Amino acid sequence: MYRVRLWSVRHARGLNRLYRALEDLLVRLRPLMRLVGDKRLERPFAALERGTKGFLFDCKMCGQCVLSSTGMSCPMNCPKQLRNGPCGGVRADGNCEVLPDMKCVWVAAWEGGQRIPGGVESMRTVQFAVDRRLEGRSSWLRALRQRLGEEP
Amino acid sequence: MKFHDEPAPGAPLPILPGHVSPGRLERVLRAGSFAVTAELAPPDSADPDEVYARARIFDGYVDAINATDGSGANCHMSSMGVCALLTRAGYAPIMQVSCRDRNRIGIQGDILGAAAMGVCNVLCLTGDGVQAGDHPQAKPVFDLDSISLLRIARSLRDEQRFQSGRKLTTAPRVFLGAAENPSALPHEWRALRLLKKIEAGAQFIQTQYCYDMPLLRAFLRSVEDLGALDKVFLLIGVGPLRSAKAADWMRTNVPGIHIPDALVERLRGAKDPVREGRDICIEIIQEVRAMNGVHGVHVMAYRQEESVAEIIDRSGVLAGRVPWYPGRDREPQRIDIEDKVTP
Repeated sequence: MYRVRLWSVRHARGLNRLYRALEDLLVRLRPLMRLVGDKRLERPFAALERGTKGFLFDCKMCGQCVLSSTGMSCPMNCPKQLRNGPCGGVRADGNCEVLPDMKCVWVAAWEGGQRIPGGVESMRTVQFAVDRRLEGRSSWLRALRQRLGEEP
Repeated sequence: MKFHDEPAPGAPLPILPGHVSPGRLERVLRAGSFAVTAELAPPDSADPDEVYARARIFDGYVDAINATDGSGANCHMSSMGVCALLTRAGYAPIMQVSCRDRNRIGIQGDILGAAAMGVCNVLCLTGDGVQAGDHPQAKPVFDLDSISLLRIARSLRDEQRFQSGRKLTTAPRVFLGAAENPSALPHEWRALRLLKKIEAGAQFIQTQYCYDMPLLRAFLRSVEDLGALDKVFLLIGVGPLRSAKAADWMRTNVPGIHIPDALVERLRGAKDPVREGRDICIEIIQEVRAMNGVHGVHVMAYRQEESVAEIIDRSGVLAGRVPWYPGRDREPQRIDIEDKVTP
């Protein structure tokens, strides 16, 4: 929902902290998760993410979440799906050139980024092209595997 | 300017050490000349002569010609087609590639094909949303954004690989460019985004129209603060405004374009607004010419392309240099009228 999405950006600091805590929790739960296996966890995790992130961020389930480096503003809500910053068409009121009633997701990202420690710094990283095969899949499981070095 | 090792007018130049392309634009920029590029509006037609006629009006005044790729999300002849025609005549086109209409498979293939046909410059753009154009019912692709496109184009050239990792036998020798809009919000983002584009592979930048000089100066300062001013060739976007009404229309309807009130008032008070618009454009060109870190201008004179020659000529930025055009170096033909007169 659009209004919840804006709320999330306003509360980027708290949500980012929650994210970090969740990640640490998952790291601790990892041995248990290994017993179940990621294959069996994939669907419930994807469903959980679709529900929570969908509500909070209008998540589009790209499967490769970058929220913590976009000030908790999901870049996949950009009509051009820009993942590296705003296009040159941002309106004078900070709204989107394509959807004039929507705040530019990168204007929001800039605001949210100020609220997260290192948030603006992390926006300087060049994001690769999206891997479309990951659409609809759990981003948390993947991030966890990457953090633990189980997946490149 | 004629390079001593130019084999034939319009033919690809040998690639100099430190250069990436056999093109004239890279040569001109790296030689330290103030470069001039212009935008060609592709025809709504399949007639090659329409392309040549639109290119010819720039003869002798521009170093490279941009072929737009469905700009404003409107359908026209493809940038690939325009570029192929232009290289046949020896022109130096800049092929604009937008991410709106093709995915990474199509785009990478196009870059190879264009390079094979003699295109030496590629401008990597995200592109306008389909809603802006004449086919709002179309499916927007946006598989890549301009920055991921730059990365992929650079690895095609420098690593000789597709994004998949599959090897190429011959890399496309292309000079890579990107766009930036110093006037758009959020201003804090703009220099940062430019830096990202440079990191992703951009070697030259053509900006959106710049009418607000203090805003442009502030942008250049922040680029300098990031230490990026000497890492890229910056060509500032300029263009003549036809009237106060046109200026007003542009700033309200084209997102991201900022025209200061003072300029609009100046046009409103002018006896001959078309002439005044060109004068303003010339003043802007001369002003940006003197700015540190600016290497050229990109003239977008939509529907008044015939004014580009006059504007560049009167601005004096070429300083006597005549950019190459078909026939420039041909020996002048002697026509002896006296001989034909019978006594």
